[in-house]
Amino acid sequence: MRLTLHIWRQKSANDLGRMVQYEARNVNPDMSFLEMLDVLNEELTLRGDDPVAFDSDCREGICGMCGFMINGVAHGPRRGTTVCQLHMRRFRDGDVLYLEPWRARAFPIIKDLAVDRSAFDRIIAAGGFVSVPAGSAPDGNVILVPKQKADLAMDAAACIGCGACVAACPNASASLFTGAKITHLGVLPQGQPERCERALRMVAQHAAEKFGSCTNIGECEAVCPKQISLEAIARMNRDFLKASWINRGASRSSGGE
Amino acid sequence: MELHSKTPSGPIEQRWDRARFEMKLVNPANKRKYNIIVVGSGLAGGSAAATLGELGYNVQCFCFQDSPRRAHSIAAQGGINAAKNYQNDGDSIYRLFYDTVKGGDFRSRESNVYRLAQISVNIIDQCVAQGVPFAREYGGTLANRSFGGAQVSRTFYARGQTGQQLLLGAYQALERQVTAGTVKMFPRCEMLSLVVVEGKARGIITRDLITGKIESYAADAIVLGTGGYGNVYYLSTNARGSNCTAIWRAYKHGAAFANPCFTQIHPTCIPVSGDYQSKLTLMSESLRNDGRIWVPLKTRDQRPTDQIPESERDYYLERRYPSFGNLVPRDVASRNAKAVCDEGRGVGETGLGVYLDFTDAMKRLGVEGIRERYGNLFDMYERITGEDPYKVPMRIYPAIHYTMGGLWVDYQLMSTIPGLFAIGEANFSDHGANRLGASALMQGLADGYFILPYTVGSYLASNKLEKVQPDYAEFKREEAEVAAMITRLLSIKGKRTVTSFHRELGKLLWDYCGMSRNMQGLESAAGKIRELREEYWRNVDVLGGAEEFNQALEHAGRVADFFELAELMCRDAIHREESCGGHFREEYQTPDGEALRDDEHYSYVAAWEFQGLGQAPALYKEPLEFEYVHPSQRSYK
Ligand SMILES: Cc1cc2nc3c(=O)[nH]c(=O)nc-3n(C[C@H](O)[C@H](O)[C@H](O)COP(=O)(O)OP(=O)(O)OC[C@H]3O[C@@H](n4cnc5c(N)ncnc54)[C@H](O)[C@@H]3O)c2cc1C
Ligand code: FES
Repeated sequence: MRLTLHIWRQKSANDLGRMVQYEARNVNPDMSFLEMLDVLNEELTLRGDDPVAFDSDCREGICGMCGFMINGVAHGPRRGTTVCQLHMRRFRDGDVLYLEPWRARAFPIIKDLAVDRSAFDRIIAAGGFVSVPAGSAPDGNVILVPKQKADLAMDAAACIGCGACVAACPNASASLFTGAKITHLGVLPQGQPERCERALRMVAQHAAEKFGSCTNIGECEAVCPKQISLEAIARMNRDFLKASWINRGASRSSGGE
Repeated sequence: MELHSKTPSGPIEQRWDRARFEMKLVNPANKRKYNIIVVGSGLAGGSAAATLGELGYNVQCFCFQDSPRRAHSIAAQGGINAAKNYQNDGDSIYRLFYDTVKGGDFRSRESNVYRLAQISVNIIDQCVAQGVPFAREYGGTLANRSFGGAQVSRTFYARGQTGQQLLLGAYQALERQVTAGTVKMFPRCEMLSLVVVEGKARGIITRDLITGKIESYAADAIVLGTGGYGNVYYLSTNARGSNCTAIWRAYKHGAAFANPCFTQIHPTCIPVSGDYQSKLTLMSESLRNDGRIWVPLKTRDQRPTDQIPESERDYYLERRYPSFGNLVPRDVASRNAKAVCDEGRGVGETGLGVYLDFTDAMKRLGVEGIRERYGNLFDMYERITGEDPYKVPMRIYPAIHYTMGGLWVDYQLMSTIPGLFAIGEANFSDHGANRLGASALMQGLADGYFILPYTVGSYLASNKLEKVQPDYAEFKREEAEVAAMITRLLSIKGKRTVTSFHRELGKLLWDYCGMSRNMQGLESAAGKIRELREEYWRNVDVLGGAEEFNQALEHAGRVADFFELAELMCRDAIHREESCGGHFREEYQTPDGEALRDDEHYSYVAAWEFQGLGQAPALYKEPLEFEYVHPSQRSYK
């Protein structure tokens, strides 16, 4: 197989960047997309050209490190699949592909296809946790969790934090990411005590990071490699509204020590 | 150097309690005055950094990925063991301890393993409280399964993503401490050297992977939770970035490296399909519960499977091990797969594969039954190979998966350099010569949540630590060395890529220091590795500069360390003239081809001390004593 690739090349955050054309020859259909790029990089290196920078680690679709746009679609054409798990048999000889990094104000480009997603960590740090220091936990079976709830929590917890949802959203919103964590912890009994506070803080951080707001377009769900459902955003909105309401009273009474 | 394991005496059930009681405590008001560096944010490093932060220490945590949540632990699928006995099937702390010592083929420390089994129950409680969505029964209780041939159901799991969920639990706890101001996180920042001041570990040298800046960080104690070194084989189930640099550079600063040749091979991975292959994908071991493993009886039989009649198939595990069959332990299953492929009976284009066939199981349980149990694994297989495992049998082959060897640590998890601790897969501790399934997650979290936070405190409280600053000469010297190595790599401008060297090194090691080993092969491999290393330093080509985001440069430094480690692995494998666990020396086997241990001469931990490049390392031995579980020959016939 032979492919024509147009790849976004940008030396650093401050560089302007542009598309550069490459030919990928001898592409084997059994290769993963990233292996195809590895081979291209080997060729570039031997020619003395700077290899294309892109992130990846597990190459099993679980770490969330990889990701870029292929012909305008986050993670490429196969649904529910990260680029590291996308294989070349999906493409045809002679295809022309455009590879671009995630584009969002909150994800500055580091180099070529690699971006800075630390905004996600800060959203989690704002409240995406249960405050339970090591050693303070009761026996695991003390609090029973109905299977349906555990399954629902797991569906949302499956988020790998890759950023595809942001890249696909015309508003560059991270609502699916934020909603997934709020849902995961919000449906479990362990997450109840901090549920309101969590929604308020995470949503506020989301805004502070300059992610856009959600206007229910649904592109995020379509590209999510873990197929997290839009329902997560609805739950986030409900928790946020409820928390804002409760908070109006609480903020008057808290204040001092 | 002397190895003091500092193992407490007395009845084994009371040792950890006693050790904790004897530890010195840091005054709560003083904790924030202590700086602790944690390198690694996987299950071990992440849980340790979070817990140290909760206790009030001032923690700096480093990882090379763009977020702590991406550590390689995230990829663990199967589950985590704990001696909860929720299933009332006769499990106990003692049984988990016993199974782990035996599974490790009697090459681990009894006291450590017992402590691990004790703590296993606290881990589950902690993770549940954090909101880890473990699988549940309809009644709401935690579900368990039996894993890796265990006779009790003690494995807790979260679908096929247990590692992910446990890591996210630790990561969230870590981020909570970031907000609390006790932990400062340094992602995309790689440790490249250790700084030892007056005999104690006092700092690290790092490279910021975005800007390339070399920096010094000083602390009162350093913790390495940097994972395993399986990628020395190039192809492994580890994440691409997993490497040995942190522990290797610690070794070169005086920390002993224990049992480097103890590596684990996992029998059920998707076979290699071509030269471009960048990693191997693990298929959960649970598949062996229902799949039957076979190869054709005839060599080089190219017929499609549906044209090979039953009478011309060899279900070799069922034939050789009638009582355990397809469920024999990992090392046994792997070695047998290699043996049939070596005979020329392997399947697939490369001849390096065996069938894992669900035809009978589908007859028994129906296609739906199989889909329910293994649907996601079948999908993954289809995605990678393009073959539908509901229609044609899967092909599998063993791959490097885990490294039992690592930095030598005492019972306090401290290396031979005072103030330098190693946790998780980076240390050698609890799995002996073979790790049982679902026990690495348990160990990483036991170390990070429940052991290290006490032992570091005790170290701090019992040592007088003068303040050190990153502008001390010791730091400047190390910085200069790190910078010089980078400059050297960039200035070779040879003709081969880093990857081509890494791949060749991996192949050598896999062929001669992999599933089975012999003296001749190991010696020739050691020689070839040396030659290849010399060529590397003459002929590698690393483009770009030092002060920029340069992935080839990152890889180049890691491969340089892999070369040196590979040589030590061969040396260790040569010296251990016995077969045990993952270390199978062809010269030492029973008449029917099973591993033959030599307890009289090799019941010890081999700890190697660096003596300078090009010099033979010194070997120190920590004798192993078995007071509770008496060494016996493993038998699965
Ligand atoms: C595919 C797969 C499946 C597995 N399944 C299971 C299972 O079901 N059950 C089980 O018990 N075990 C399983 N294991 C084993 C288990 O996942 C690992 O042993 C364990 O997660 C290792 O955790 P860790 O914290 O020690 O290291 P890791 O998770 O590897 O973390 C290493 C950390 O160190 C950082 N780091 C490394 N070097 C540097 C450096 N020089 N500078 C800065 N940072 C550095 C990394 O960034 C990372 O944060 C599996 C392993 C694999 C490969
Ligand atoms: S590299 Fe981990 S998800 Fe793709």
